[in-house]
Amino acid sequence: MDFVVATDLEEALDALGRGALPLAGGTDLMVGVNAGQRPDNVVALRRVRELRQRNGQRIGAGVTWRVIEDEGPRALAQAARTVGSPQIRNAGTLGGNVGTASPAGDGLPFLAAVDAEIELTSREGVRTLRWDEFFTGVKETARRTDELITAVVLPAALPGRQEFAKIGVRNAMVIATVACVVTRADDGTTTVALGSVAPTPIRIPEAEELAKTLSDPGSAALDEFQHLVAAGVRPITDHRSTEEYRRHGAGVLARRLLTRCLREGAA
Amino acid sequence: MNPVGVVTQVNGREIARSVPARMTLVEFLRDELGLTGTKVSCELQVCGVCTVLVDRKPVSSCAFLAVDIDGREVTTIEGVASDGKLHPIQQAFIDHFALQCGFCTPGFVMMAVALLEEVPQPTPEQVVSYLEGNICRCTGYRSILEAVLDAADRLERASP
Repeated sequence: MDFVVATDLEEALDALGRGALPLAGGTDLMVGVNAGQRPDNVVALRRVRELRQRNGQRIGAGVTWRVIEDEGPRALAQAARTVGSPQIRNAGTLGGNVGTASPAGDGLPFLAAVDAEIELTSREGVRTLRWDEFFTGVKETARRTDELITAVVLPAALPGRQEFAKIGVRNAMVIATVACVVTRADDGTTTVALGSVAPTPIRIPEAEELAKTLSDPGSAALDEFQHLVAAGVRPITDHRSTEEYRRHGAGVLARRLLTRCLREGAA
Repeated sequence: MNPVGVVTQVNGREIARSVPARMTLVEFLRDELGLTGTKVSCELQVCGVCTVLVDRKPVSSCAFLAVDIDGREVTTIEGVASDGKLHPIQQAFIDHFALQCGFCTPGFVMMAVALLEEVPQPTPEQVVSYLEGNICRCTGYRSILEAVLDAADRLERASP
């Protein structure tokens, strides 16, 4: 096993060009290593300073959940607080979450909700992909093996109201069975994004269209909104939950978060 | 295996070593430095027993690379007591019988050290939430909670 410790971006990109697997906070990959997996070629990234930079709407891929808890946009900070334990939040990074691309990645619904872009850097240059171009399947992305996820780029203006919540079997240390972000801008534009209910994070355009016409948190049309979300997700049954429960949970969670956004708007 | 130079401080002691790139921090602490107070259990970062502080922040040393402590400060359970005197958190754990078999104790104490540095007077809810990543299989959680809250009071009384 060839194990390179990169101290700057150049070294990291060189190693990736030779086929190394990127290791960020280690909260996913090291678990496999401890279980006996020995990837042939690994490049450790924690020493790469460039990845830890935050610059306006550009969040370096190596920024930890602990930092995002305090400094991230509202719904991403809410998501950060539900990632693992304090120990994991001190090690795990946003870029690692994006790179692993688990359907249950806690940071991913927010990225979908605000149409974030993923910045990829290689020896050949930099390209950015929209979240829906980047996430292609369960733990599959459009990243080429020679590319490093260097940042997540958020749009210049973020919606004024944003809410995150997730469902799991307990309150702590839990991998989501449903996760949801609802955002709402002052003009009523609403986005609804979910995780753990499809191979990739997904948006529900039909529900967003309907939500745009709503302003009353007590509106009877919220039933229809909930139904559209439940109908729009594509969950599976696995060891964590069932398709039926996830579908139901998706509708309930989205409705609850939209209600919160509408209440805040009315206040 | 390609060794990497590491210069670090462990419990206040300067250490310069050549470390295999793949070595985990807990292997380095236990096998290279003989600091066996830090335990290993799950190796999945879900039990908290291997918690140490890197630059005063708790991390799971089972999944943290030893090379990544270069230029940083590490505190282990061996570095908590000073001048032959237990830290008030350790004393509170003893006084509240906050350990049975004791295997999880180093991890819980390190988390309590980090928490009380960040939040000197936490609510019971804050303590429970901060300790969410640490497991006590003897299930002595109530006495651990009491010990941490009492330690917070002791530390406040002790500080000028």
